[in-house]
Amino acid sequence: MSFFLGFSDEEKLLQETVRQFAADHLAPKIEKLDEEEGFNRDAFRVLGELGLLGITVPEKDGGAGLGAVAATLAFEEIAAVDASTALSFLAHSILCVNQIAANANDEQKKKYLPKLISGEWLSGMGMTEPGAGSDALGMRTKAAKSADGKSYTINGTKTFITNGPVGEVFYCYAKTGEGKKDVSTFLIDRSMKGFSTGKKFSKMGMRASPTSELVFDNVVVDASARVGNEGESLRMMMRNLDLERVTIAGISLGIARGAIDAAVAYARDRKQFDKPIASLGVIQERIAEASAWYDACRALTYQCAKMWDEGKLVGKEASAMAAKAKLTSAQMATKVGLECIQILGGYGYIREFPVERFMRDAKLIEIGAGTNEILRLIIARQILGDAANG
Amino acid sequence: MNFEATPIQQELRELTRKFARKTIAATVEQDEQDGTFRPETIRELGSLGLTGIPVPEAYGGAGMGYQDYIVTIEELARVSAAYAISVAVTGLPQVILSIFGNEAQKQKHIPRLAAGEAVGAFSLSEASSGSDAASLRTTARREGEHYVLNGTKLWTTQADSADIIMLMARTGDPGPKGISTFIVEKGTPGLSMGKREKKMGMHISHTMELVLNEVRVPAANLVGNEGDGFKIAMTALDSGRITIAAVGLGVAAAALEVAANHSRERQQFGKPIGEQQGIQFMLADMAVKLDAARLLVQRSAWLKDEGKPFSTAAAKAKLYATDMAMSVTTDAVQILGGSGYTQDFPVERYMREAKVLQIVEGTNQIQRMVIGREVHQTREF
Repeated sequence: MSFFLGFSDEEKLLQETVRQFAADHLAPKIEKLDEEEGFNRDAFRVLGELGLLGITVPEKDGGAGLGAVAATLAFEEIAAVDASTALSFLAHSILCVNQIAANANDEQKKKYLPKLISGEWLSGMGMTEPGAGSDALGMRTKAAKSADGKSYTINGTKTFITNGPVGEVFYCYAKTGEGKKDVSTFLIDRSMKGFSTGKKFSKMGMRASPTSELVFDNVVVDASARVGNEGESLRMMMRNLDLERVTIAGISLGIARGAIDAAVAYARDRKQFDKPIASLGVIQERIAEASAWYDACRALTYQCAKMWDEGKLVGKEASAMAAKAKLTSAQMATKVGLECIQILGGYGYIREFPVERFMRDAKLIEIGAGTNEILRLIIARQILGDAANG
Repeated sequence: MNFEATPIQQELRELTRKFARKTIAATVEQDEQDGTFRPETIRELGSLGLTGIPVPEAYGGAGMGYQDYIVTIEELARVSAAYAISVAVTGLPQVILSIFGNEAQKQKHIPRLAAGEAVGAFSLSEASSGSDAASLRTTARREGEHYVLNGTKLWTTQADSADIIMLMARTGDPGPKGISTFIVEKGTPGLSMGKREKKMGMHISHTMELVLNEVRVPAANLVGNEGDGFKIAMTALDSGRITIAAVGLGVAAAALEVAANHSRERQQFGKPIGEQQGIQFMLADMAVKLDAARLLVQRSAWLKDEGKPFSTAAAKAKLYATDMAMSVTTDAVQILGGSGYTQDFPVERYMREAKVLQIVEGTNQIQRMVIGREVHQTREF
């Protein structure tokens, strides 16, 4: 599919590579993994060999040295086949690996990046808690500093953590003071004493992307596991949420494209009343509408990613733009998924066709990485300014 | 006009609610995971008098109307859409035989179904004939005192548990006039189950492929006359649409209940999320749509009970109530956020269940076609 923005040659090559990877390594397995709530661990070794697990990491740190456009493109291509793997890939590469490269010191980078980029280790990020979802700053996980300042004792529970059950390393946020903004970051290894990953959630969709709690029961970490200065993580946390939202919109785009492709193929093939249902006005309208919304969201999302890469998206405007791309793309994908099931009728409801899976997967993106409601709030505050706070 | 439930309807609601929330609720989540259907649940519902509500007492039914019937269907669906569907599907052969059956057929089959001693099924769709039902290919050829059936049916709900299947097959020329309806009983040689579909939801309710290989049924099992089959199927679907709409009401009501409770309990930013205007307005829209759908469903049931034309009204009720259920359950998942997406809460199940209601008993595209044709001929609204 051509696109007006014009991807660079490097990005086009990436698109081809990822498309081939998805066809070879994801397509044959996803139906079963979705049903059994499995995980395609092997795919991450291949992504490692392709050099994509550190997709946004500078080349000097062993990464691919690419940006938000490339990451979004990779997620879109993967999600068009297997959104679960796209989500786990995003949690690993954007929420943890990218953050280590951007914020960690040389020693921490040396310890983690090679194994995370090769795919030997998987990772995730810990922010959300049972009592702190949309209200992220209401987090209660505490990191108490020892008297000599050499270590921290962490207590608390993180929830809905993508890759929780399979990750070796977690980029975790915890409070190091009483204030709302006293947030610090710690690199947590699965092997740390007192750390466990709680129960694995059974979910409606994204079933091949394992999710669990992260439980901290008096986990003592060395001060060298802290990333950046104490109490100064808020800005980089928010900045990463913006990048997460731009790139996760790619997953919604991929899901929608996968669903539309399946519906188009079916509509051409399926005959009722002696003609292809593609010749029926209502089917044409549904497909036209789906395709139009997909293209609109795609334009916004890649525009946003490109501005990000060019350094043109900063501060509140970045948050609002990223929120717009993610809000519209996520809603579009669920709507398109539901419509495409309807086009396939009974066949859309059964697992032999991928459309019902795409719809189940799509719904998550309206919730994860900022619910629709929170994204609207971010956009509204940026537009309305102080008046929004009464 | 009276919007109050009658004493009988209140009683039905209580009776159904008690059974559903005690007995069905105890295993529904696990059974949905495992795809376990319990025929004994239908027998128990039968012993409570809930599996033959709209058929005459003379044949073992409760002799009540659809206005009463939908109360029970909705209450069942609040706990399990699959069992609500199961009761509705067991109702279809009873409705068909009440209208089109001869005395012997009525006496032989309705009482068992009405008592919940037998499970019913309805088999119309095939691989290449869904919305275009009149193009079905399964054949029935007359051989002496028997018909011999051959073909493959698709999407037959609970065929694997059914004792009595109302099955449409072709006895004549292509098109709607060549179709006839047969009573096919469990265990008839040549009748076998094909694959059981793996679905998005509604796993308790088994969706079966049905293979007919030289199945000999007595000529006495022909319902009505040869060529009546399409008319019979469409009449059954008209009534079926009212019950499917009622399933939509139950699923949506359950989702709204969970969402409203959650929004009272869940605190973010120091207050219940139900105090956020965004959530309040979502809940308000959900409640309005549910009420509007319920009125449409009740009207279609009233028209049927009064013996007035109800086909378009039933199509409107089915279309709106099931679209409503889809939207209300989707919003309920959204209000519960991450929790709503997990299987620790029932709302994602409701959402998966709502989707199939937009497809069965005539896709919602077909409902729009039915309604659109009528609107086309109407001059005053």
